[in-house]
Amino acid sequence: MESIDIPSIVLGGLAYGMLLFIVSVGLSVTMGLMGFVNLAHGAFAMIGGYVVVTLMGGLGANFFLALLAAFVLVALVSVVFERLLYAPLYRADELSQVLLTIGLVFMMIATVTFFWGTEPKTIRLPSYLAGPMDLGFTSFPAYRIFMIGVGAAMIVALWLGFERTTIGAQIRAAVDNRRMAQSLGINVDRLFTMTFALGSGLAAMGGGLGIEIIGLNPQYALNYLVFFLIVVAVGGLGSIRGTFLAALVIGMFDFAGKRLYPEAGAFFIYAITIAVLLWRPQGLFGRR
Amino acid sequence: MTGPVLEAKGVCKNFGALEVSRNIDFRLAAGERHALIGPNGAGKTTFVNLMTGALTPSRGQVILHGEDITALAQAQRVKRGIVRTFQITALFRGLTVLENLYVAVAERTGAATGLWRPAGYRRDVIDQSLRLLEIFQLQDDAHKPIRELPYGRQRLVEIALALALEPSVLLLDEPAAGVPSAESHIILDVIDGLPADIAVLIIEHDMDVVFRFAERITVLVSGAILVQGSPDEIANNAEVRAVYLGEAAHG
Amino acid sequence: MTVAEAAATALATRHRVRPLEALPWVLAVAAFFALPEYLAVGTQILILVLFALSLDLVLGYAGIVTLGHAAFFGTGAYAVGLLSAHLDWHEPITGLIVAAAAAALVGLVSGWVLLRTHGLTLLMLTMATMTLLHELANEQENLTGGFDGLPVEIDPVLGLLRFSPLTYSGQYLYALGLLFLMFLVVRRVVYSPFGHSLTGIRENILRMHAVGAPVRQRLVTVYTISAAIAGVAGGLFAQVNAYITLDVLSLERAATALIVLILGGHGRLYGAFVGAALYMILEDELAKEFPEFWQFGLGLVLVLIALFAREGLTGLFAQAAERFRKRARS
Repeated sequence: MESIDIPSIVLGGLAYGMLLFIVSVGLSVTMGLMGFVNLAHGAFAMIGGYVVVTLMGGLGANFFLALLAAFVLVALVSVVFERLLYAPLYRADELSQVLLTIGLVFMMIATVTFFWGTEPKTIRLPSYLAGPMDLGFTSFPAYRIFMIGVGAAMIVALWLGFERTTIGAQIRAAVDNRRMAQSLGINVDRLFTMTFALGSGLAAMGGGLGIEIIGLNPQYALNYLVFFLIVVAVGGLGSIRGTFLAALVIGMFDFAGKRLYPEAGAFFIYAITIAVLLWRPQGLFGRR
Repeated sequence: MTGPVLEAKGVCKNFGALEVSRNIDFRLAAGERHALIGPNGAGKTTFVNLMTGALTPSRGQVILHGEDITALAQAQRVKRGIVRTFQITALFRGLTVLENLYVAVAERTGAATGLWRPAGYRRDVIDQSLRLLEIFQLQDDAHKPIRELPYGRQRLVEIALALALEPSVLLLDEPAAGVPSAESHIILDVIDGLPADIAVLIIEHDMDVVFRFAERITVLVSGAILVQGSPDEIANNAEVRAVYLGEAAHG
Repeated sequence: MTVAEAAATALATRHRVRPLEALPWVLAVAAFFALPEYLAVGTQILILVLFALSLDLVLGYAGIVTLGHAAFFGTGAYAVGLLSAHLDWHEPITGLIVAAAAAALVGLVSGWVLLRTHGLTLLMLTMATMTLLHELANEQENLTGGFDGLPVEIDPVLGLLRFSPLTYSGQYLYALGLLFLMFLVVRRVVYSPFGHSLTGIRENILRMHAVGAPVRQRLVTVYTISAAIAGVAGGLFAQVNAYITLDVLSLERAATALIVLILGGHGRLYGAFVGAALYMILEDELAKEFPEFWQFGLGLVLVLIALFAREGLTGLFAQAAERFRKRARS
């Protein structure tokens, strides 16, 4: 067994947590806004990953441009999905929403398998992100440091957007009390479409960013779905702060757990999740 | 028995910093006809929720037939005779009217715990359900699912379901809400005809109904009781006129 | 007869067996003689029917939306597997009884804890519980064989019915007999006053509280019964296939039962039969040759059901029959 390297476990867990946050935050806000059970969110992240792989592999595109393209493309596609398929079921029961979105997951997995095959995909990172980085007290993969930086920048940006802009205020009002927001003249449907696009785009970016950390294959959409949902449920629907905290805690625990007790796997995470949800069914920072 | 059948002693309810019920003292005598009025948001439905156990008071006691029921769950309170209806119709929409009544009667008679013998063998439950249909003149709708029923008829089923439980205390939360005025007399007639031994608390906005029906009236404002008294006392109370009736005149 | 009397008669005789109900059983027996080369698939269909039927109790009747029902299927499967591998317990009937008891215990405990929540939280908790068991089985490699799986050995049923991996005729009859027994149980429960009160919970849980029903107790009861039946399905799966892997506890397996039930129609008893047969036959024909098209088609069907046909195939059939009857009357 390798020696226990606390700093590298903390940094690795942090990077993983940031990734979970970037993918999950959109799901949290859209679920908080509409109470829509969107099991296809992980599939959007997966599609983003494949866009990045294709642009970088086939067309030799720059990593960051590829990420941006994944964001834009998936955001646009998600709007079409939202208007055509999700909108008719806003007032339907959970079961309909579960069926619709599981159906979409299957369709997306099949599409991805058809075009890209079942084998895992990798990307060639820019050289400055590829190697280890010397931090003085420990040496650590540069990409994970980068991931932490991106995550931190993202939470700051989202925080400012949420707290300081009119749209952010409208979203907060609508999550808080949709009917009240509507009666104040806020167009909640349009707000939701925008948020949905933003959240799906972020997930797509997370899909691209995560290739180096959690890999990419067609089963991604199902395998990581439970994880994204857990982050959202534990953090509390519609709470950016809660999602961030839950992503970090779950990321850390999972990473450390797998490093220190590989045979126990993700057992801890599920035990903790069940405990948290029983203690606070609405999640750590959820309402009601 | 001379004591009240239902009593609230210093009942308070907070949601965080928000006080929705403040120190409510309330008594309902056997067979009494009592109206609870107050402007929107006064906490009338909250009061019903506190009495029936949908909510637990933050402080205070709820006493039914001399027994402290504050800690009891809804189902246990229903078994002890306190039953409510809902302001927003809450029925089993996919089931027929007769099946709706069967559900309620089966709970009261204890038939509902039966896991093995078919529901259809409980002829007693079916017969009691039929009798309720008759009382509410719903026979011709017996086979219709609730969702295909006009709203006024749904409101009748709403009360029939409560009566199926043979309550000693009945809380009616705006029974005629949303019913076209041409049909509301049917519901009011039903309420007038309720068995005399049931204590009834009715929440109602229509003052004609309140003054026709109630022997006593409680006025609730901002979660606290403003005043209680006979219809005459309430009608002549300056404070009530200022706070409530004045508002109702232009609302 | 007045409308009220007619309604009362309908309610009083609802549990009576209708002639059409013989159809699936006649078909199942006919298949045994007519399609001997398909008995392996047929056995898998019967097991899936049983699993989906157990889900119908919970989802179709009580309205509990769960994505974790494989927790009970897997518990049953591993109960049989562990008995066989570690205790040399190869007797099939008692094996299934243990499977049912183990799954019922998991259902009782998890139901007691989880069924105080609802909606998304409940959905998450059912999924997390199943995944927890999956991880547990993965971790206890010495007992369960972990990722590699666990071989299961079984004696002839009642000393008579021998399992053959070639013909599957023994397995088919065994599965059919068990399915029939379990179906009778589910049917009794569904048509009982208890079953009637479950539909009340499904239709309006708020009102169920207000009519004095001990809602959580009812839900835990039906959850436990359903878990036991799912456990039998899982145990049967282990015995028939003589081998189990971790995927008896997977999200895919739970989702398959859900899909089958929705496709056939939930809350209708026979939806599980129609859905499972259709699903397995199509899968057998398509999945190996055109896996992507199979999965894409499956997804598309789910989307269409969600948007347009929430009652499933048996529901569409019932609607068509109703329309036909109305036209005939007028």
